[in-house]
Amino acid sequence: MTKVSMTVNGKAVSGEVEGRTLLSAFLREGLGLTGTHVGCDTSQCGACVVHVDGKPVKSCTIFALDVAGAQVKTIEGMANPDGSLGVLQQAFQDHHGLQCGFCTPGMVMSSAALLVENPKPTEAEVRHYLEGNICRCTGYHNIVKAVLSASGQTVAAE
Amino acid sequence: MPKDHGIGASSKRREDVRFLTGEGVYTDDMALHGQTYAVFVRSTVAHGRIKSINTKAAASMPGVLAVFTGEDFKDVGGNPAGWLIKSRNGEPMREPKRPVLAHGKVRHVGDVYAAVVAETYQQAKDAAQQLADDTVIEELPAIIDMAKALADSSNRVHDEIPDNQCYDWGWIEDNRAAVDAAFKSAPHVTTLELVNNRLVPNAMEPRASIGEYFPGTGDYKLTTTSQNPHLTRLLVAAFVLGIPENKLTVVAPDVGGGFGSKIYHYGEEALVLAASKLLGRPVRWTAERSESFLSDAHGRDHVTKIELACDKEGNFLAFRTETMANVGAYLSNFATVTPTFLHGTLMAGPYKVPHVYVNVKTVFTNTAPVDAYRGAGRPEATYSLERVIDKMCRELGLDPFEVRRKNFITTDMFPYTTPVALVYDTGNYHATLDKAMVMADVAGFAKRRAESAKRGKLRGMGLSTWIEACGIAPSHLVGILGSRVGLYDAATVRVNATGNISVMVGAHSHGQGHETVFAQIVADKLGIPESSVAIVHGDTSKIPFGMGSYGSRSLAVCGVAMTKAVDKIIAKGKKIAAHMLEAPEGDITFADGKFSVAGTDKAKTFGEIAFSAYVPHNYPLETLEPGLEETAFYDPANFTYPAGAYICEVEVDEGTGKVDVVAFHCADDFGNVMNPMIVEGQVHGGVGQGIGQALLESTTYDENGQLLTGSYMDYAMPRADDVPFYNVDYSCQTACTHNPLGVKGCGEAGAIGSPPAVVNAVLDALNAGGYKVDHIDMPVSPGRVWQAMNG
Repeated sequence: MTKVSMTVNGKAVSGEVEGRTLLSAFLREGLGLTGTHVGCDTSQCGACVVHVDGKPVKSCTIFALDVAGAQVKTIEGMANPDGSLGVLQQAFQDHHGLQCGFCTPGMVMSSAALLVENPKPTEAEVRHYLEGNICRCTGYHNIVKAVLSASGQTVAAE
Repeated sequence: MPKDHGIGASSKRREDVRFLTGEGVYTDDMALHGQTYAVFVRSTVAHGRIKSINTKAAASMPGVLAVFTGEDFKDVGGNPAGWLIKSRNGEPMREPKRPVLAHGKVRHVGDVYAAVVAETYQQAKDAAQQLADDTVIEELPAIIDMAKALADSSNRVHDEIPDNQCYDWGWIEDNRAAVDAAFKSAPHVTTLELVNNRLVPNAMEPRASIGEYFPGTGDYKLTTTSQNPHLTRLLVAAFVLGIPENKLTVVAPDVGGGFGSKIYHYGEEALVLAASKLLGRPVRWTAERSESFLSDAHGRDHVTKIELACDKEGNFLAFRTETMANVGAYLSNFATVTPTFLHGTLMAGPYKVPHVYVNVKTVFTNTAPVDAYRGAGRPEATYSLERVIDKMCRELGLDPFEVRRKNFITTDMFPYTTPVALVYDTGNYHATLDKAMVMADVAGFAKRRAESAKRGKLRGMGLSTWIEACGIAPSHLVGILGSRVGLYDAATVRVNATGNISVMVGAHSHGQGHETVFAQIVADKLGIPESSVAIVHGDTSKIPFGMGSYGSRSLAVCGVAMTKAVDKIIAKGKKIAAHMLEAPEGDITFADGKFSVAGTDKAKTFGEIAFSAYVPHNYPLETLEPGLEETAFYDPANFTYPAGAYICEVEVDEGTGKVDVVAFHCADDFGNVMNPMIVEGQVHGGVGQGIGQALLESTTYDENGQLLTGSYMDYAMPRADDVPFYNVDYSCQTACTHNPLGVKGCGEAGAIGSPPAVVNAVLDALNAGGYKVDHIDMPVSPGRVWQAMNG
C-alpha cells in the first residue's frame, strides 16, 4: 500500500492505495464519492469521466497513483457554491437530458470539458465529442439539446 | 398556454437533482459495515459436463470466507418460468430446472457454476480464478443454430428434452384452416423470411446485489437492481430459497435502467442471500460489463417466415407466420410469454385483416437466456408485418401509405375484435398516419431525394404503422393464457397529520420519472402543490404490493391504483367534512383542495380535514376510523392499445454502404398524456434503441457458442453521433376507454415502431437507386448494404 494525495473538488485528500487501485475505485471506495459510476470494463461507456487538471479522463482507466498531486473534479464538485445546480446541470434538468441517471455524471463531466474547449459547439460537434459517453435511455436527443442550451445557443429541435 | 403543474404539465423531474449532483444511491454505491465480496465463476465453454470441482486450494487462499458450487444448491428450488404455455397438441411446455448454480452441466458461456466470497473483491477474484483452474469440464458440442437444434435429438441442452424444443405454439389453432384456405385462393401472396436480431439490453448500470442476514431476527434483506422487487421477493421466497415472504425485504434503490433485463430474478441474488446467512455478514456483488453481456437476459432472436395474402389492390386477406424463437439455455421468468402472447396476439397489427395464424416454436440453445427486452414480442410482430407489407407494395407497385390507409381499422369499428383474440378498445390510425405525413413533409420528399443525389447519396423514406398491447394486464385473461401470477398493481396513499402525502407505489422507476409524474397526478386530484406529495417505491417493506414496471404498465395499471386510492381518500374526507361542517355527506363537494357544503361558503381545506383525521377531537368516531390512509389494488379490464405512425428518412452512401438516419418522425396516440416532456423522452429513448437494433446492434455467437460481441469494443451501441434529433408528436389522442386516467403507456413505443421504418427506408433508397433488393437483415450494417448493392 502506498499513500496518495491529491485535491478533489477543492479539498486536499489522501489515502492508502495499491499500485493497481484505479482512480474510480479510489474516488468511490476510498473517498465515498459514488457519483462517479463504473459502467464497463473497457473504457467505452464514459460513466466514470472526471476532470484531472481540467481535462476529461475516464477514471476507470487511470491508476490513483498516476494522479498524485493533481486537481481532480467530480460530479460532486459541479454545483454552485450555494448548492444550486450549475448552468450545465440545470440545462440537463430543464431539457430532460437524463432518465435513469447512471450515465449522467460522465455526460455532465464530458460536456463541461467540451464547453471549455469549444464554448459554442455545433450540434455535430456536441454529438462527436460525446461519442465516448454511452446513454441507453435518452436516445441522446435531450442531452444534445441541454449542452447546446448551456452554451447559450438557441436549440432548433423541438 | 401549457399547464405549469398537475396533470398535463411538463413538470421538471425532481429525481434529477440527486442524479446531477452525484447523490443518487445505486446498489453498488452502498457501503455496509462488515461487507464481503462475492465473485462468480462462469463457464468459458457453451456446453459441458462438470467432471470435478476441487475447492480446496481456492478455499484456503487469503481472505476467502466461503466457496459455493452447484452441489450446495441442488436441493433448493429452481427459478421458474412465469407462464405455462401449451403446445398445439395440448402438451405443456418443457420446463427444465434453472438452478442457483449450474449442477452437472454448464449450458452457456457465462453460466455460473461456482462462487467465492472473500474479504476483498481482489481476493475473491483471485480465488475465483483458482477455482476455475481447479475445475474439470468435459466440453460437449455446442447447440447454437435453432433449426439444427430442433432436428438433432442426439445433442441436447437439457438431457431430458430430446428435440430441444420448449413448445410448438399455434395462435389460434382454430384459425388455421381458414387462413390456409385464404392463401389458396388469394390473388397475390408475398413471402418474406427474416431475422429479428438478438440484442443485449445494456442498461448502463450493471446488475448488482447485496445480501444481508440478521441473526437476531432471522430476517433477510436483498438490495438489488430490480424493476420489480415484489416479484423478486416472491420468486426467492416461494420458489428458490424457501425463505418466508415476511422475513425477506427486497429493496431496489436507484436503478440505472432496465429495459426488461432487470425484471427477472437471477441466481446471483439467491447466492448473496444464502452466503450472507452462512457468514452472518453482508455479501455484495456487482457485475462487470462482460458478465452483463454473458448473463443478462438477451432480447428478440426470432427467425420468421411471414406470408401476406392480398388482392391486387393491396387489401389484406390473411397473414401467416412460422417463427423459431430462441429461449437460450434456461427459461428466464418471462421467456415463454414473450414470443407467444406478447407477439402472436399482435400479429393483426392495426389492420382489418380477416385471417391470421401464428406458429412459434421456442428452442433451447447453448446461449444466454432470452427474455423480454423493451417492447418484448411486439417489436418482433411489428417488424414482420411492416416489412412484408413493404415488400408486397414493391411487388405490386402500390403506394405504402395508401395500402396502410385502406387496410386500417376505422374509428367506427371499435371495440374491434382481432382474429388473434385481442379487443382493441379505441384508436385512430388514420389520424396518426396523416399527422406523421405532415410532420415528415412527404410531399417534399422528391426534392430532398434529388438534393441528396447531388451529394452522391441515395435517399430513402420508410414507413411503419404500429400498435401494441400494453398496460399488462387483466389477470383473468392472463390466467387463462397461462400466467402463474396476477398482473394488477397497488398503491397506498398516506395523508400525514400535517396534510402532506406519502404515496407508496408498486411500480418501480428506473429512469421513467414516477417520482415526478405520480406526484403530479395526486396533486392535481387533491388540489395541493406537487411538492406536498412524495412518491415511495422500490422497497417491499414500505409499499403494499406491486408487480413492477415493464410492458408500459406503470401509469396504466399502478397509476390507476393510485388514483383509486386517492378517490377513497376524498370519499373519507367528505365524511369527515360532513361532520365538521354539520351538513349531510351528500351535500359535500370537493374541488381545488377544499371540502365545501354545496351552495354555501362553508368549507374546510384538505389540510384541516387531514389534521382532524389524526387529531380527532371533533370527529365521528362512532362511525368512522381516525387516520387518513387508503390502499387500492387495480386490475385492468383490458390491455391498452397505443398506436402510431413512424416515418424515417435515410441517406445511403453507395461507396461504403453506410446508412445515416437523417430524419425520424413519430406520430403516436398514447391516449391522455400526464407529462409531455417525459413522454417525449420515452419516445426518444425507444427510437434510439430501435435505430440501434436496425443499424448497429448484433449479438453474435460463433458455432462453438462463444459470444463474439461481448464488450463495447465489439457490440455497437448507438452513440450520440449515430442518431438525429427526433420529431415527436403525441397530439392524436384517443383516451383509453377502460381506465379513469385515459392513459395507454408510452415506454416501449419507440422501440416497437422504429426498426421497420429504418429498414424500409434503406430498401426504398436502394431500390430507387436501381438496386433490386428485397430484404436486408438487421443490423443493416455497411457491409450488408454494400453486399446487397454489389452482391
